[in-house]
Amino acid sequence: MKVSALIKERRESSIRHSSSAIRYSPVPTVDQVMVEERAASFGKRSIKTSAKVAGLKLAVSMCDLTTLEGKDTPGKVAYLCRKAIQPIEAKFDVPSCAAVCVYPNMVRHARKFLGADSPVNIAAVATGFPSGQYPLRTKLEEVRRTVADGADEIDMVIDRAAFLAGDHAKVFDEIAATKEACGPAHLKVILETGELVTYDNVRLASEIAMQAGGDFIKTSTGKVSPAATMPVTLVMLEAIRDYFFATGIRIGMKPAGGIRTSKQALAYLVMVKETLGDDWLNPDMFRFGASTLVNDLLMQIARSADGNYQGADYFSLP
Amino acid sequence: MKTKLSKISTKRVVATSTHAVVPLKDRKLNFGNKWDFAPAPEDSKSYVIASQHELFINGKFVAPSSGKYFESINPATEQKLTTIAAANAADVDSAVKSARKAYDKVWSKMPGRERGKYLYRIARIIQEKARELAVLETMDGGKTIKESRDVDLPLVAAHFFYYAGWADKLKYAFPGKTPSPLGVVGQIIPWNFPLLMAAWKIAPALACGNTVVLKPAETTSITALRLAQIFQEAELPEGVVNIITGAGETGAALVNHPDINKLAFTGSTEVGKRIAQSVAGTKKKLTLELGGKAANILFEDAPLDQAIEGVINGIYFNQGHVCCAGSRLFVQEGIYSTVVKKLRDRIQTLRVGNPLDKNTDIGAINSSAQLQKIRELVQSGVDEGAELTQTQCALPAKGFWFPPAFLTGVTHAHRVASEEIFGPVLSVMTFRTPEEAFERANNIPYGLSAGVWTDKGSKIFKMVNKLRAGVIWANTYNKFDPTSPFGGYKESGFGREGGLQGLGAYCRLD
Repeated sequence: MKVSALIKERRESSIRHSSSAIRYSPVPTVDQVMVEERAASFGKRSIKTSAKVAGLKLAVSMCDLTTLEGKDTPGKVAYLCRKAIQPIEAKFDVPSCAAVCVYPNMVRHARKFLGADSPVNIAAVATGFPSGQYPLRTKLEEVRRTVADGADEIDMVIDRAAFLAGDHAKVFDEIAATKEACGPAHLKVILETGELVTYDNVRLASEIAMQAGGDFIKTSTGKVSPAATMPVTLVMLEAIRDYFFATGIRIGMKPAGGIRTSKQALAYLVMVKETLGDDWLNPDMFRFGASTLVNDLLMQIARSADGNYQGADYFSLP
Repeated sequence: MKTKLSKISTKRVVATSTHAVVPLKDRKLNFGNKWDFAPAPEDSKSYVIASQHELFINGKFVAPSSGKYFESINPATEQKLTTIAAANAADVDSAVKSARKAYDKVWSKMPGRERGKYLYRIARIIQEKARELAVLETMDGGKTIKESRDVDLPLVAAHFFYYAGWADKLKYAFPGKTPSPLGVVGQIIPWNFPLLMAAWKIAPALACGNTVVLKPAETTSITALRLAQIFQEAELPEGVVNIITGAGETGAALVNHPDINKLAFTGSTEVGKRIAQSVAGTKKKLTLELGGKAANILFEDAPLDQAIEGVINGIYFNQGHVCCAGSRLFVQEGIYSTVVKKLRDRIQTLRVGNPLDKNTDIGAINSSAQLQKIRELVQSGVDEGAELTQTQCALPAKGFWFPPAFLTGVTHAHRVASEEIFGPVLSVMTFRTPEEAFERANNIPYGLSAGVWTDKGSKIFKMVNKLRAGVIWANTYNKFDPTSPFGGYKESGFGREGGLQGLGAYCRLD
């Protein structure tokens, strides 16, 4: 059985973390209709006035400001870094973004711009992003070199081919090996949920990623549609919650791709608040992978302060 | 190869793990106020409630012959909203006479397609005024604006639209039979879904060519009378629908009126039994939709997190003032502790308070009397040894409130396992096998609804065939649609409302 390897790992993991109960139950199933209904309910919360401003600022602080294009240059990355450090004029009292997220080749340029003790982390996609269709040894070498260049966080992709073929052990092993190659860097595991398709797959992949040592689980590369959705993120948050109860370890969550508006971002924050609670409502435990979202957040923050909407040209491009 | 890699990676995870492990006793979710929602009240000032409400008889608002009025309050503030006319036997008689005249002269003779036009018009006006009606419903009954806006009102309009569509197609509805209207219908509706119950009752009755005398519950009459204004606006012929307000005596006068052809009642089993006694020996047709104590059955292989949502919705929807509420939760023993833990976490995020606030999940209990009943029954559960879990939250100083609660350690012998609480209180019990689940679920005088949660399709079919309940939901709960019949077994009543079956209840079939 393919799952038995996972169960074995769970069992060993449970022993390691001195969990109270070892259960030989499969990963919980997910009902599509009800999970989509529940996810939609968070969007119905009405976030007004002070709660809105606080939520928008929190969302800015959780952004991994991202550029992942073949045409990225050191100059473009410099724009990104500057934007991440100070997203808008100081009078609006907006925090820095959590990180910039770039390709491995851009890490040393970002490090040069940000300096050694920047408040903004450098996240790099790695392990043959976005497809993951590369041999493990080149993936690991890529990770080691990217960390050596100055990356604080590694956003790896799982081997979807292995997952869909049922080789969950291979998925597990690659994540575990990547975690080791990361050394001190934090590891985010991208499941690419748009290619896993079913919520049951998302739940199982989340379990594997957490068991194998991921610090964060992340929905998408942004290169596949659909990217992050509310129900997919909810399934992953529920997996994080159950893993926390079983092991005592808090895993972080990063929805990425497709989150472009303040309204969407606030709905995600409501979902985190009401699924995992306050301990996850901070940039150490929750991130948005986004590029266009930040300026929409800033536009709303500026409107709350000034009372009127400004055009897009009043907000600097990342 | 695979095994070898697994071994290596396991060691590596331990060696490089940067995770801090929270000790078992501290593994709790912290639903605090780090990021609290600001108040988000729905605008209620734009809608004026008249200081006095009259009876609606023969297309006009008329004063009650007794000259007596009673107060209607907002259960969330205990403030008086208006005064409502109290109809006596003479008023009931004039309402029935008006309905009889409209039946004989106009409505029964009108072609179905013309009746349908009126119903479509009413449905459209309801949609146009949905926001106002939702706000009034919330102020009058205490239910949350979220539910009156997103559940009640869309369903009210949908029922009128659905039955409007049948009005000109009746002869195709019952193959081989010729449907004809029954005559004057007396309808008595409860306070938990005031407008929706009015729609369930009025729309099929009118579609079939009957005329109506409707009595809303005394605590929630405002929206029914607002509906009467909509009938005027739609130019519904005089007397086709008459609305008489009042308490139990008004209802009794309607039930006992000799010129009623059919009675439809939704409410408590106790009153339903009395109505059945009164009607016995007469030619009046009767449908009853009464109490319930639904079993929500949770198997080990269920999609657990979604099942929890279904359990939450099943019992806390509309403050538990729902006859089909999933008030008995049967959990398979293997997942009992997990389910209780998840429920405990989940109810903490339910927001109790001002029903007009768009973020409120649990509104006000409908009346002081109902609150007393809930408290008394919950106390009996605790006295009999059940353990109460209830959220601790700040409640408004005025109004009737009962934070969401559930009872564990409940057995079949407990009162809370068999009596309808009609409030936000869940009784949690366990079972071991599917056979035990349906035996326990059926072991009750009620049989209105049930829920089954399992990932296994064959198990759903097996359970559905064994459960004696009028409505059974699988992997969902509290889903309503005008096309779907609704009604009960045993002491939950007889007859069906909604769908084709609901149409048949208002026709003579020859």
